[in-house]
Amino acid sequence: MDFRFSEDEEKFRQEVRDFIDKERRPDLPAIHPETEEEQEYYFEMKHKIGAKGWHCLAWPKEYGGQASIVKQFIVSEEFYSNEVPGIDLITVNMVAPCLIQFGSEELKSKFLPKIASGESMWCQGFSEPEAGSDLFALQTRAVEEDDCYIVNGQKVWISQASLADWMFLLARTEPDVTLRHRGVSVFAMDMKSPGVTVSPLRNTCGGFFGEVFLDDVKIPKSNLIGERNQAAQVALAMLGYERSGIHRIGSARAALGRLIEYAKSPSHNGAPPINDPIVRQRLADVFIEGEAAQLLAYRVLDLQSRGEDPGYFTSISRLFGSLFQQHVGEASIEILGQYGQLEPGSKRAPLQGMLEHHYLWSISATIPTGTSEIQRNTIAQRGLRLPGN
Amino acid sequence: MFKNMARDFLTTECPMKLVRDMEDDEEGHPRELWQKMADLGWHGLAFPEEYGGGDGTFIDLAVLLEEAGRACLPGPFFSTIVLGGLPILDLGNEEQKEKFLPQIASGAMVMTLAFSEADTKLDSSSMKVSAVSDGQDYTINGTKLFVPYAHVCDWLICVARTKDDGTESNENINLFLVNKESQGVSCTLLETMAHDKQCEVTFHDVKVPKEDILGGGWNGVTEILQKATVAKCIEMVGQLQRVLEMSVDYAKQRIQFGRPIGSFQAIQHHCANMAVDVEAARLVAYRAAWLISEGLPCAKEVSTAKAWLNEACQRVMALGHQIHGAIGFTWDHDMQLFSRRAVAARVSLGDTHFHREQVASLL
Repeated sequence: MDFRFSEDEEKFRQEVRDFIDKERRPDLPAIHPETEEEQEYYFEMKHKIGAKGWHCLAWPKEYGGQASIVKQFIVSEEFYSNEVPGIDLITVNMVAPCLIQFGSEELKSKFLPKIASGESMWCQGFSEPEAGSDLFALQTRAVEEDDCYIVNGQKVWISQASLADWMFLLARTEPDVTLRHRGVSVFAMDMKSPGVTVSPLRNTCGGFFGEVFLDDVKIPKSNLIGERNQAAQVALAMLGYERSGIHRIGSARAALGRLIEYAKSPSHNGAPPINDPIVRQRLADVFIEGEAAQLLAYRVLDLQSRGEDPGYFTSISRLFGSLFQQHVGEASIEILGQYGQLEPGSKRAPLQGMLEHHYLWSISATIPTGTSEIQRNTIAQRGLRLPGN
Repeated sequence: MFKNMARDFLTTECPMKLVRDMEDDEEGHPRELWQKMADLGWHGLAFPEEYGGGDGTFIDLAVLLEEAGRACLPGPFFSTIVLGGLPILDLGNEEQKEKFLPQIASGAMVMTLAFSEADTKLDSSSMKVSAVSDGQDYTINGTKLFVPYAHVCDWLICVARTKDDGTESNENINLFLVNKESQGVSCTLLETMAHDKQCEVTFHDVKVPKEDILGGGWNGVTEILQKATVAKCIEMVGQLQRVLEMSVDYAKQRIQFGRPIGSFQAIQHHCANMAVDVEAARLVAYRAAWLISEGLPCAKEVSTAKAWLNEACQRVMALGHQIHGAIGFTWDHDMQLFSRRAVAARVSLGDTHFHREQVASLL
């Protein structure tokens, strides 16, 4: 039993920290780039990280990686804990593994280098208005015609839709909807294709995700990722990659760090909030939860790095991390009181409104890539083997 | 694997019938099982070989303690080894170690620690039991509460105040080895929710010869309590794991509305929530145990573990009861054996508020 990283891994972590210290901008701790300035900084960092080879650390060596889930984890943990943007988890952690395992050689040589360098950005075309938790009720249709597929439909709740060059698109290639996942294929779709309309949806934080309308979009057959109707298997490729959810835990711990900082500094009547025993109990409570969250993420990493199936630990870590994010948000509101509602940019906003922003962002934490309810179903049915309906 | 061996042994030798019988038995000390465990080397597991021990680490002991928790092991194993043996190993001089450790390892000696007083706080300022020196020997006066298995022990370690100068300096509190048969020691069994044989122990002019001074200061007490706290957390992990398994098994078997109740989402989510708590509990507890095994600083991690375990226990036991319905609330069912023990564990060696405060002071 060992609760430590290896010496090599700690050296690498220090290397990442040193890089972060040089590049960090305390005035722009935005992981989710919204303003133009934040976006510029995000893309600048994305390129710099690419130049270091740090987007593809977990990839097999033949694609420029180091086959190290641990190092990829360390990069994510350090960037998110230190609130420095540039990591593009969707492209690097979700799309790339599928391309590596199921993409044709043509697609791999076309896409992987630009993903590794940080030049290209992908978005995920999964959810639809009628297909959220029930993903395989999706209706976006891809009909074969000559050497193409003609795609019609609509995708919603897409992160980075307006910034992405490519979409990892799930579309129905069999007309019979009752086939569910057995009739769905995965495509690489150029976001600049004629017929693609991206419409921004404003979220509660004041930022944007996207709605994407697809009207007779032509996708070459060679852009099929995997075989036709193989969406479920292709998605499984993501399972072998970093799945601890450490990014969400890192961000939440960073937010908690700021809350603790706030609590320790003199308040408006002089005494720091941390002198109040109620505040101390609350902070300790959330801090302890953060410790458990980090250990759960490390456990997932530990299993994956040894080539073992993390099983239901991934769902546990994901669920726990998202609840922890929310609890940090709630503790912030409790401790900041009326000041907690002041937005970034407002006069008198403590910590530049960062905790107000964290609170709003964390409302969504328990919903994407499996709601808490779905996670609990998975834990119960796959993990504990309780019977399905 | 050691864990499997321990589990198999306890499954056979410590069935629930024994656990229940010991609840009703005044001594609560199953001597046959006790000796079998000693003969297997369990008592001396974490002692060096030179004292009749197995040269095991704290983690090795933890594996055993988890299985003991899972089995609701009755008797003074925890109090003798964790509250008696480890303190002597850590703080005792050579004579004391040679006198006590081999006897503990062989099963010949039962021990415990008398710590809590009337206000049940874990601060040094709460230690009012006094130990007055005559130049060599000491005389102890006062009352200790919630002392496990004091009524069957041979020796106990008493935490007492040696100096009362209005300060809380380290040397004002010390540890003493007290022969239970000494003149002036009296034990009264307290009737507790878990029927786990906690006692009130009164010291009336009890003489402690100088060779039985363990010393240690408040720092020594703190270290003992840290190890004991983590050991308690590990025991709690064993209990939580068992309750999770029992609840999942029940959910698969109990049929209502024509189907197993475990096929309903509400029950599935209860089980999932329990699993999350159990896995997190296991990690924080073993992380603290590992730090202790490695001799690394661990104050924040120990309190993190106990605070988390306390709350996880409350949630897991509550959900366990919900899943079992009425049957879990009957004396004959095992569910309530665990939930009563969980309460005892939650309030001993620091409740949640205490440990959160410890963590807060280290933020």
